[in-house]
Amino acid sequence: MTKNILKMSPAFADIIPAEYRELVDNGPYGRDVGVAELGTFKELLEEHPLCAGCGLALALRIFLASLPAPEDTIVVGSTGCSSLVFPQAAVQNIHSLFGNQNSVASGLKRALKLRFPDKDKDVIVVAGDGATADIGLDMVMHSWFRRENITTIMLDNEAYANTGGQESGMSQQGTVLYMAPKGKNFPKISMPELAREAGCVYVAVGTPAQPRKLEKMLKRAIILARHVGPTYVQIMTPCPTNYKFKNNETVNRLKGLEKDGVFKPREYITAEAQEALNRLEEVSK
Amino acid sequence: MSQEYQVLAGPEGYLPPAAAVMGVELPKTGEALVEGSLVSDNEALHKIADKLLSAKNPFFFPGPLLLWAWKAGVAERAQAVRDLADAVGAGVIPMPDYRPKYPMINPAIEINPNHPNLTIWHNKIDVCVFVGVHCHYANIALKIIRGGTSCYTIALCGEAGHEDAMISLRDVNLAKIQELTAIVMDKKRQIAGGGK
Repeated sequence: MTKNILKMSPAFADIIPAEYRELVDNGPYGRDVGVAELGTFKELLEEHPLCAGCGLALALRIFLASLPAPEDTIVVGSTGCSSLVFPQAAVQNIHSLFGNQNSVASGLKRALKLRFPDKDKDVIVVAGDGATADIGLDMVMHSWFRRENITTIMLDNEAYANTGGQESGMSQQGTVLYMAPKGKNFPKISMPELAREAGCVYVAVGTPAQPRKLEKMLKRAIILARHVGPTYVQIMTPCPTNYKFKNNETVNRLKGLEKDGVFKPREYITAEAQEALNRLEEVSK
Repeated sequence: MSQEYQVLAGPEGYLPPAAAVMGVELPKTGEALVEGSLVSDNEALHKIADKLLSAKNPFFFPGPLLLWAWKAGVAERAQAVRDLADAVGAGVIPMPDYRPKYPMINPAIEINPNHPNLTIWHNKIDVCVFVGVHCHYANIALKIIRGGTSCYTIALCGEAGHEDAMISLRDVNLAKIQELTAIVMDKKRQIAGGGK
């Protein structure tokens, strides 16, 4: 995107609403700001309709602050709670049909490479566990098999949360939800390991309870998708509405899940990606 | 179709048909659309000036193609549109982007293509001008306005025009905006002088 799109026409500068003016004057576009600077710049998301205490909301705030180049980023979303957020965020966004997100992102990335051969355009899929691990699994896996240069981010709330609370493939075995009264009878899908075997050069599992660590994972995934190959980040985002915990307990719940060994943050990186990362991090020093 | 479809101020009701479906065709170069009928470009310019000058509360809705100086020449076109709005004595409410921004935009200060009726109702706008709005969003907003409000819609389009506006010019550039401003000024002088 040309930065000119952020310049107001002088003739109408007096009528541009304040939130746009703040984005122009103090937004993250073209600036080196991140999670540590939250609160000092105008964020890409002003308000959202997610539930109080939603783990996705926390994760998305960190995700949007972690984008290396928000003005050259296109987020491809799918049906789910996260799709309520992106139409309101000041970042390019495409909402795809349920499960189609990685196919749409593949085509988009290829088209952008042809249209802007000398410019990095980050195509990032952000979808829930239902869209990624269940309904869209074949599109997700095949984008990895094809080694598409896209980042896939799963916001894992372990349920179909905005349709009443059905179990997903990512729910833990035995989970009882509003629409899963008998309890789930098979284990959580090992998506990070599937991603690693399917060709992702970088795989990370993180949590918004550790914002700086999650930011590092997201930045690595986005940069490596530009230069090496597909990357995958799975973010644990508990749902107070369906898992029936108080909405001020989200971060504590995340810490508890990790302490109990139910949730395990981890990273996998290929030798090729590690080499590229070392090179890129050396250059940026 | 037994009768020619006219694109008139509504409210036409929930989900009005797209004018294209009802047989209204886009104008060719040098032509324009007035209420679903093809007329000359010049005739449409005069109709627009008449509509704007006889309106009780006219408003311009500049879109992102004009509000943001994204390429050379845009700032000049934006200034020309602002001059036109000032010549008419119209208000200006911006459409900075197309985000739906639920639960609701502030209709006093902005318009959104997903619910343009809110801004029109809130400000009691009787004639509006779309300019600098990407065609696909202009089309849907114009249809919503025709369906739910009595506002008269005018589209100043840099491309092929809009069937769903009551008056639509095509190929609008800086010169055409300035020509329209000159016509408005001329008509205002005539009105002030009591002449024709």
